[in-house]
Amino acid sequence: MSMILSSTGFAQSMTKTDPFLFPPFAAAAPASAKDRALGANKSGPIKIFKHDPTRFDVTSCGSGQVRIVPGSTRSITRPFSVSIAAWSSSVRIGQLNYRVGSNSSIQDLIRLTYLQKRATVEKLMARFAADAPTRGGFSFDLCQRNEMLLKKGNQLPTFRKTGTTIVGLVFEDGVILGADTRATEGPIVADKNCEKIHYMAPNIYCCGAGTAADTEAVTDMVSSQLQLHRYATGRESRVITALTLLKSHLFSYQGYVSAALVLGGVDITGPHLHTVYPHGSTDTLPFATMGSGSLAAMAVFESKFREGLTRDEGIKLVSEAICSGIFNDLGSGSNVDVCVITRGQTEYLRNHQLPNPRTYVSSRGYNFLKGHTEVLSTKITPLKSKVEAAAEVDAMEE
Amino acid sequence: MDIDLSAPHSMGTTIIGVTYNGGVVLGADSRTSTGMYVANRASDKITQLTDNVYICRSGSAADSQVISDYVRYFLHQHTIQLGQPATVKVAANLVRLLSYQNKNMLQMGVIVGGWDKYEGGQIYSVPLGGTILKQPFAIGGSGSTYLYGFFDQAWKEGMSKDEAEKLVVKAVSLAIARDGASGGVVRTVTINADGVTKNFYTGDSLPLWHEELEPHNSLLDILLASSSPEPMST
Repeated sequence: MSMILSSTGFAQSMTKTDPFLFPPFAAAAPASAKDRALGANKSGPIKIFKHDPTRFDVTSCGSGQVRIVPGSTRSITRPFSVSIAAWSSSVRIGQLNYRVGSNSSIQDLIRLTYLQKRATVEKLMARFAADAPTRGGFSFDLCQRNEMLLKKGNQLPTFRKTGTTIVGLVFEDGVILGADTRATEGPIVADKNCEKIHYMAPNIYCCGAGTAADTEAVTDMVSSQLQLHRYATGRESRVITALTLLKSHLFSYQGYVSAALVLGGVDITGPHLHTVYPHGSTDTLPFATMGSGSLAAMAVFESKFREGLTRDEGIKLVSEAICSGIFNDLGSGSNVDVCVITRGQTEYLRNHQLPNPRTYVSSRGYNFLKGHTEVLSTKITPLKSKVEAAAEVDAMEE
Repeated sequence: MDIDLSAPHSMGTTIIGVTYNGGVVLGADSRTSTGMYVANRASDKITQLTDNVYICRSGSAADSQVISDYVRYFLHQHTIQLGQPATVKVAANLVRLLSYQNKNMLQMGVIVGGWDKYEGGQIYSVPLGGTILKQPFAIGGSGSTYLYGFFDQAWKEGMSKDEAEKLVVKAVSLAIARDGASGGVVRTVTINADGVTKNFYTGDSLPLWHEELEPHNSLLDILLASSSPEPMST
C-alpha cells in the first residue's frame, strides 16, 4: 500500500473496488491499476484504490513525504511510519493492498490506517475461525515444529523434574516403597523436602519420577478415578486397575506426559509391584527402581535382595538403596521417605531417615535488630471501614 | 556416559515361533532396554491372548503391550459370541488389522502362535508395517538377524516336541550370545492339544558358545607364569 504524507498537498486519486473499503471512499471513479502518477497533483479527500497485490510501493512527490515499500524501514516521521508499517504488514497478510493518496492531515491518515488495520484483522480472524474446527484433547500440531526448532539448535525451556531415586520391593507381608525428597529445577534444588510417594488408594501408593507436574497430575487423576470406581463397585481397589488406568493415559499421550512411576499395593489378590514408563509400557517385578538414581539403587538391590524379607530387613534395604541414590546421584538428595503396605494396613514413614542435616547453624542465632532496616514510608489503612462498606452491599436477590 | 533413561522402552529382542508335529513352541529372551540401560532383565515377552493362542512381542514395549491388550479384549468378546475357542488365524488377523491400520504410529513386530482343532499348530508372523505371513517357523527381533542361517540349516519338518523345544532354546541362546540387545533368560511356551506348558531356562543352564569359554594360551598366562610379575616399572 502506498501512502503519501505530503505537506504540499499532492494526492493520488484512485478508486476502491473492494467492498471492504469505507463508505467515505466508495465514490471514487475507477482508475488504472498501474496508475502511480509520480508528481500528479490531484486534490481531494482520501481515496483508496486497489493496487497490484504483489507489491505496494509509494509514490513520492515533493518534500516531507514518506516512501514506503514492502518491508522498508525508511521513514520520515517516526510515529506515523510505525502505524504505516503496521498497516502495511497487516494488509500484506490479508492480501489487500491499497494505495492511498491524500492531502489531508496526518491525523486523518492515522485514523484511516487504524480503521483499515482493524477491519483487515477482523476479516482475517473471521476467515481463520471458520477454517479451524473445534477439537478436544491434546493437539499434537506443534510437536513437529518443536522438533524442527530443536534440530535448528534452540533449547526447550526447562521444567521442574524430580531428578529422583524411587524404589519398591515386595517382602513377605506386602510391598515397601521408598523415595528421596529432592525436587530440582535444572541445577537448582527447588524443594528440599518434597513428597514423591503419592496416595492412590488406602492400599495402593505410587512413587513418581520425571516432571513433577506430570507425576502429581496423573497420580491425582487416577486416584480420583479409583475412588469413583470404589463407590461404583463397593470394593477395595486393585493394583492392576490403577496400573491399567495409568498405562492407558500415558500411552495416549505418546510419552509427552513425562511420568515414570513405581506403583505398589496389596489387594485381595496379593501384593503387587509395577513400574510404569512414560510411553505407557509396564513391568511387573519383585524389586524395581526408577529415576536418575535408579542405577545406584538397583546396584544395591541386585546385591542384597532376596525373596521373603522381613519388614525390618525390607525397610533397611529400601533405605540403603535410596541413600545410595542420594549420595551418588546429583539429582537426588535430602531425606528418605518410606511407605510400608500390608494387607489391611499402610504406614507412611515420612522422613524415615534424615541423612543430610544442616551442619552449620549459627550458634548466636539469627536476630534482626531494630534500626537495621530503613523504613521508607508508612501508610496505615484501618480495616474496619472496609468491612463496614462490604456489609452495606445488598444481598443477592433471586 | 549418557544413559538416556527417558528413551522409549524398547525390546531389542529375539523371538522365535516353531511348529512341530502336534503343536507349536514359542521362545523369547527376557531383556527390555531403555537406551543402553537394561530396564527389566526378566521380562516376559510371550503374552497370552486366549487359552490356546500366545503372542511373542518385539519392538516398542508400550505399543506391543497396548495392542496385545486390545486384541485380548476383542478375542474375549469373539469367543463369547462364537461359543467356542477362537482360531489362531482370527487372533493373528486381529493383530494384523490393528498393526496395519495404525502403522504410522506403531513400532512393533510380533509372532502369533497357537493351536486350534481345525488347523492344529500354526505360526503367523506380523512384522513392522502389518503384513501377515503364515509360516512353519518364524523369527523376529534384533537378534533374529543372527539366526537366519542357523534355521536354514537346522530346521526340518515334523520334529517332535522335545526336538522343537531344544531347537528354540539353542537358537535363542545363540542370538543372546551375539546380540547386545538380547539377554537374560530364555522363556518358552509350548501349545498343543493338551494345553499350554511354560518353561524357563536360566542363563547358567544355557550352552556356552566359543567366545564365552575361558581363554587358553593367552599372553597373560605366559606373563604370570614367568618370574617377573611386573613388566612395567615406575
